[in-house]
Amino acid sequence: MSLQRFILKRTLSIIPIMFGVSVITFGLFHLTPGDPVTQLVALNPDVTAAEEAALRERWGLSGPVWQQYLDWITNVLVGDFGQELRTGREVSDIVWARLPETVALGLFGWAFALIIAIPAGIYAAVNKDQFGDTVSRFLALSGISIPNFWLGLMLILIFSLYLGLFPVLAPSRQSLLSPEMLWYLILPGITIGTASAASIMRVMRTSMTEELNKEYVTAARAKGLPERTVILKHVLRNSLISVVTLAATLTASIVAGSVVVEVVFNWPGLGREFIDAINQREINVVMAITLFTGFFVILANLVADIVYAALDPRIRYD
Amino acid sequence: MTDRQTHDERGRIRISGFDSDRVRDREPMSDWTDESSGETVGRWRRGFRKFKRNRSAMGALVIVVVMALAALFARPIEMFGVVVQPFSLAPYNPTTILYLGVDPSVSVYDPPSWQYPMGVDGSGRDLFSRLLVGGRYSLSIGFIVVGLTASFGLIYGSISGYYGGNVDELMMRIVDTIFAFPGLILALIIVAILGGGYWQLVLAFSLFGWAGYGRLVRGEVLQIKENEYVMAAKALGARDRSVVFRHIAPNAMPPLIVLASLSIGSVVIGVAALGFLGLGLDPSSAEWGTMLNATRDTLIQGPGGKIPWWATVYPGAAIFTFVMSMNMIGDGINDALDAQQTGVGRGGED
Repeated sequence: MSLQRFILKRTLSIIPIMFGVSVITFGLFHLTPGDPVTQLVALNPDVTAAEEAALRERWGLSGPVWQQYLDWITNVLVGDFGQELRTGREVSDIVWARLPETVALGLFGWAFALIIAIPAGIYAAVNKDQFGDTVSRFLALSGISIPNFWLGLMLILIFSLYLGLFPVLAPSRQSLLSPEMLWYLILPGITIGTASAASIMRVMRTSMTEELNKEYVTAARAKGLPERTVILKHVLRNSLISVVTLAATLTASIVAGSVVVEVVFNWPGLGREFIDAINQREINVVMAITLFTGFFVILANLVADIVYAALDPRIRYD
Repeated sequence: MTDRQTHDERGRIRISGFDSDRVRDREPMSDWTDESSGETVGRWRRGFRKFKRNRSAMGALVIVVVMALAALFARPIEMFGVVVQPFSLAPYNPTTILYLGVDPSVSVYDPPSWQYPMGVDGSGRDLFSRLLVGGRYSLSIGFIVVGLTASFGLIYGSISGYYGGNVDELMMRIVDTIFAFPGLILALIIVAILGGGYWQLVLAFSLFGWAGYGRLVRGEVLQIKENEYVMAAKALGARDRSVVFRHIAPNAMPPLIVLASLSIGSVVIGVAALGFLGLGLDPSSAEWGTMLNATRDTLIQGPGGKIPWWATVYPGAAIFTFVMSMNMIGDGINDALDAQQTGVGRGGED
C-alpha cells in the first residue's frame, strides 16, 4: 500500500469514530433523567408549564431523541455549540478564548517530557542493569505512579512556599506570551509532563535495549564506528519510532491531566473551564469541551499513525 | 459431559494409557526434569515461582497487603447491625472533631505530635485515623472496578475476536470510540450526572473502563484461535460457547492479568483525582483525594503563617505508595508470566 493510500484509508476510518464520539457525548447528557429545563424548573417553582414548553422548544429539547441529536449535530458542524445558560455568551467563544492557555500548557508538558525522557532512556539502555539504570528505572516507575495533582501540590509546597522561587498562582487574565507568564508555566508544565516523561523513558529503554541486540549494531561497531555514533545515529533513530506509537496515548493523558493540573495551579485554561462548567451545570459548555477533547484525541491518533507509517513502511502492509 | 468423560474438568482432553512413571528412567545426561515435563500444568506455578524470586515485587506485595489490612482493621465494621470486624487500629473516629469534646487543647492544623502522629487536619480531625480509614475507599473501588471491567472486557474481547467479520468490526469501532475520550473525562461527566457516592464512582470508572481489556483480549483471541487445539475442539463438536470460554479465554488470561494489575493503580489515582476535584465522595469523607481537596486552599493561600504541610504530604504519599506498589507488582507479574511478547506492559523490568 502506498503511503497516500494508507493516509486516505486511515483518514476515512475516523469518520465512524467521530460519529460515535458525538453520539456518546450527546447520549451521556440527554439520556439521563433531568435535562437542564427540569433542573431550572426545580430551582424556580413558579415557572408555568407553558413557559417550560417554550423553553424546551427554544433550547431544542422537544421532540424525539434522534430529532434532538440531528438538531444538535447540525449546529455543532457549523461551529454553534449554543450559549452558556447563565450568561448567554457563545460557548464557542469561551472555548476559543481558553484554548491557547491549555495548548501552551500541553506543549510545555510535551517538551519537558521529551527533554527529560529521551536522554534518560538512552542512558538507561546503554548502562543496562548498572546502578544508574536501576535508579532511573525507579524514578520512571515513580513518575507513572505519582498522582499529578499531588505532584503539583508538592511542587507548590516546596518551590513556592518554602523556597519562594515561583509565585503560587498564575494571574487569571494576562497575555500568554509575556515572559512573566512563562515563569508561571514552569511548575504546571513539569507537573503535566512528568507522567509522560516516565512512560516515554520506559519505552525508550526497552526499545533501545532491543535495538542494541540487533545485527546492524554489531556491524556498525565492527566497521569501527565510535560507540557514540552507533548509539546516536543508528540505534536512537530506530528506537524513536516506538515513541511515536506512544504519542497518541500520551496526548490523551495530557489532555486529561490538564483538567486536574489546571485546577491545582488555577491555570485559566479549558480544563478549569470544564470543571467550573460541571459544577455550574453548564451543559452546553461541558458538551462542547467533551466533544472537542474527543475529536482532538482522534486527530492525534491519526497523526501518530501516519507519522508511524511514514517512518516505518513495514506497518503499512499489516 | 456424558459418562464417557473424555475431558478433565478444565476442558482438556484426557489422555489415558500413558504412565509418566515409566518414562522416569531416562538417560541421566538428558535435560529432562520433572519440571519440564509439567510444561502445560505448570505455567501458573512457574510464574508464581518466578514472582516469588522477584524481590521488589514481593516487597511491594507486602506493602499492599499491609495497607489493605490497615484499612480493613482501621475501624470496626458493622454489617446489618452485627459487628463483623471488632478491631480498631485508628485511635480516633475519622469524622470526630477533636476539639469538640475529645481534647479541647487541639486546634485546627496542629502539627504532628506524639498523640496525633500525622497532625490535625483543617477541621480538627486526627489525620492518621483518617488516612487509615481512607484506604478503604480507594483500595476497594480500585479492586472492584478492575474486577468488573476485566471480566467484561474478557467476554467482550473473546466474542469480538472469535466471531470476527462484521461483529468484530462493529465491536471494535465501539472500543475505538471510547478510546477517543480520556477515561478521567468520562468518569468526571458520569459523576457530574449521577452525583457523587461510592457506587457512582464504581460505575463511573467501570462503564467505559473495559474498553482496554476488550481490545487486548480480542488481539490475543485472534492469535489463539489459529491454534490446532481450537480446531480439535471444534472438530470434536464443541459448541462455540465452550470453545471460547474453555479453550480460548483461559489462554488469553496472562496478558489480561498483567493489564489488570497495572490498571488498579490508575483507577485509584482516578478516584483520588475526582475526590480532589470535589466530585467524588462526600466532602467530609476520609477518601485520600478528598482530603487533599479540603486542604488545597489553605496551602495555596501561601506563606502567611504556618504551612500545614502534613495535611498535603501524608494523604498524597498514601496514594503514591499504594499505586507505586501496585505498579511494581504489575511489572513483577508481567515478568513472571512472560507476557511481554504480547506487548502489554512493555517497558517493564526485563
